[in-house]
Amino acid sequence: MENDSKDCPVETIESLTKEAEALKKKLEDERQKLNDVTLATVADRLDIINYMNIKPRRTLKGHQAKVLCSDWSPDKRHIVSSSQDGKMIIWDAFTTNKEHAVTMPTTWVMACAYAPSGNLVACGGLDNKVTVYPLSLEEDVSLRKKTVGTHTSYMSCCIFPNSDQQILTGSGDSTCALWDVESGQLLQSFHGHCADVMSIDLAPSETGNTFVSGSCDKMVLIWDMRTGQCVQSFEGHESDVNSVKFHPSGDAVATGSDDATCRLFDLRADKEIAVYSKESIIFGANSVDFSVSGRLLFAGYNDYTVNVWDTLKCARVCLLYGHENRVSCLRVSPDGTALSTGSWDATLRVWA
Amino acid sequence: MVTMNTDKSGKCSKDGNGGVSKISQKEEPSSTHPSSVPEESPNHLLYKKMEKIIERMQDEVTGVPVRTVKSFMSKIPSVFTGTDLIMWMVKNLDVEDQQEALHLAHLMAAHGYFFPIDDHMLTVKNDNTFYRFQTPYFWPSNCWEPENTDYAVYLCKRTMQNKTRLELADYEAENLARLQKMFSRKWEFIFMQAEAQSKVDKKRDKLERKVLDSQERAFWDVHRPMPGCVNTTEIDIKKACQMNKTTQSSKLGFLNKLSPSTSDLASHPTIKHLKKQIDNLKARLDRRNIKVSKAADSIDSIIFRFVTYYEQYLDYDSFFVQPEYSNPWISDTTEYWDQEKSVISARRVKRWGFSLIELLKDPAGKEHFTQFLDKEFSGENLRFWEAVQELKALPQSQVQNKASEIWAEFLSPDASCPINVDSYSSELTKKNMEVPDRWGFDCAANHVYQLMKNDSYSRYLRSDMYKEYLNGSKKKARKR
Repeated sequence: MENDSKDCPVETIESLTKEAEALKKKLEDERQKLNDVTLATVADRLDIINYMNIKPRRTLKGHQAKVLCSDWSPDKRHIVSSSQDGKMIIWDAFTTNKEHAVTMPTTWVMACAYAPSGNLVACGGLDNKVTVYPLSLEEDVSLRKKTVGTHTSYMSCCIFPNSDQQILTGSGDSTCALWDVESGQLLQSFHGHCADVMSIDLAPSETGNTFVSGSCDKMVLIWDMRTGQCVQSFEGHESDVNSVKFHPSGDAVATGSDDATCRLFDLRADKEIAVYSKESIIFGANSVDFSVSGRLLFAGYNDYTVNVWDTLKCARVCLLYGHENRVSCLRVSPDGTALSTGSWDATLRVWA
Repeated sequence: MVTMNTDKSGKCSKDGNGGVSKISQKEEPSSTHPSSVPEESPNHLLYKKMEKIIERMQDEVTGVPVRTVKSFMSKIPSVFTGTDLIMWMVKNLDVEDQQEALHLAHLMAAHGYFFPIDDHMLTVKNDNTFYRFQTPYFWPSNCWEPENTDYAVYLCKRTMQNKTRLELADYEAENLARLQKMFSRKWEFIFMQAEAQSKVDKKRDKLERKVLDSQERAFWDVHRPMPGCVNTTEIDIKKACQMNKTTQSSKLGFLNKLSPSTSDLASHPTIKHLKKQIDNLKARLDRRNIKVSKAADSIDSIIFRFVTYYEQYLDYDSFFVQPEYSNPWISDTTEYWDQEKSVISARRVKRWGFSLIELLKDPAGKEHFTQFLDKEFSGENLRFWEAVQELKALPQSQVQNKASEIWAEFLSPDASCPINVDSYSSELTKKNMEVPDRWGFDCAANHVYQLMKNDSYSRYLRSDMYKEYLNGSKKKARKR
């Protein structure tokens, strides 16, 4: 096909653009065919959540600068966090003790993640690299560190897809990449965004072959990890998409954006089915996550707060105050018993 | 602080006038400043929203009441009280309560849109403290990153005016000392600048000067906040990096103005890219058609799954229902986690019935299901599926061996533990084995998974074996 195009004068940029536009329109028309039912109307029979007692339960102090990312250990009580000060800290969040503090060769450690075994963490950032650290209590963690992959711009997010042996990263170079941890080999790269990738999340399906990415090009893309192909895309946000997260059922993706809204995109209906916004919320949303049942969507904002949304009624349930600067990251614990938040005020908090 | 912040160095415009203070150019339109932040940048988006609110607040009729207050011998021009501001916000914005209004007011003050008239700390209290609006010239959206020389001129000027209300705060005096050291060779020049400005200021009307002085102070309180206050002009490093790239590429003329609808690869419209895009779109249209016809029912039912899902998982959502032993984060005991390790509760077993994946996710569930399958003599399906999942999780170096093993054990003509797959999957897998990779068995594994799901799993749920297990323990979850 590739070679044919050179000999074939009919296929010009103009004609191809036209064809692409026509297809886009057709796709849009298809979407319109499904009437404009939104979640809120369908969730009519549910009661409004009128009381939610979520309080700060732990405060983790120890970073010297902005906390940029955090992740829960599969053991449900440890947290890894990374900061602008170039440190990565492993916390026992339950006792608030620091178990490891690792100094990275770079400042601005933008991303960190726990491996499924809980014995390994990955992090990176402005150094464009993803580095793994096996955790052991006997020796200095940084002795056994290993650089797995390198992007051509900062690494903004990373995640282990169901195994300690692979790591998936998103980068400021607009791509995502899947790496083999042992050899550092690039297994697959994902091209399709036209601006910095900000966030990725794995589909919670039985096969675990798809993931979602959000980018500064305002797009949300769904990828097939096996082929490297983008299989679905969603638009609607009016500014950078900072966070993406699969609904626990795997049927939808929630997003948080600098346009101060969170949204829910349905994979089967292939369209946006809810917008979570309020006139008085004017700051961008940095990070989103679901409660176990998918009813609550927690969202951390640049206005120092966490808004808790009722995903089905499309209404705000409550506001969590406490941080003294932007909330940069937010995660519901693996068993759903707690919510952790990290902030530019250099602290992490655990809410329940 | 005085030291240049690394966050900002990437995107800030450099004022070409060197040491010349912007304060003396007040009458010039702000457009003369090289605007380096693109209009759609995240910070800009926020500024626009805040400015819309400020505009409403400043409406002469419906806005916040601004007055000139007499106090003793003098007048305090153009101020409003915190109480009035919060009252206005509660009435006119869709905030939930006073707390939210106060929080938003604090943030707008921290960005310098209004400020307490005699405090370096830019915050808002719901009382009779006086606040004043910032002049648009000093709004952060005008997007100038003031230089340290400007700051030096400003501080120097303050020392000349020798009035108590303009006295330097301790941290400002420290900053001035540090700047003096830093700019020792330029200091004469800075001093002259300050003197000149001070002279101009003196010619102004007294009330006007009061206002201008306070606005200038508030500007510096935003850009050089007092210790302990948040610097709101800081930009997320990721966004700074990105904007840097955007400005560079737009300078080179690479980046076309994109309509919001053009998405995927539209920024580099080459034939290759367009073709890829068209293929992609076609594939998506095809996939849609399958999907929509499959889900022949309306979109209501598609969406309704989220309601069903919530109802099914409600008991497991700690934010709604307490776990049977109390939440460790609230009770400060690890009882809940401890019992989870030793006891398999009815609550947990019930969850195995939600879906096959829930069953397989729980090691105890998988074990129980394996026992069931062994009794049925159909354990090979699960073993195959598990082997394929293991294969996907292996280091690249071991993939080839494992793939051959799986082939030999389950699929080859003389397999030791043959599984039944449809001919399509079988053919595809055979072809994939020519160049074995970690995804080669996916199709066959999916087929087997569907078989298990529709057949063995539903029989398992109906079996006495599962029911007995489920009735083994009867602890009810407490409602929160």
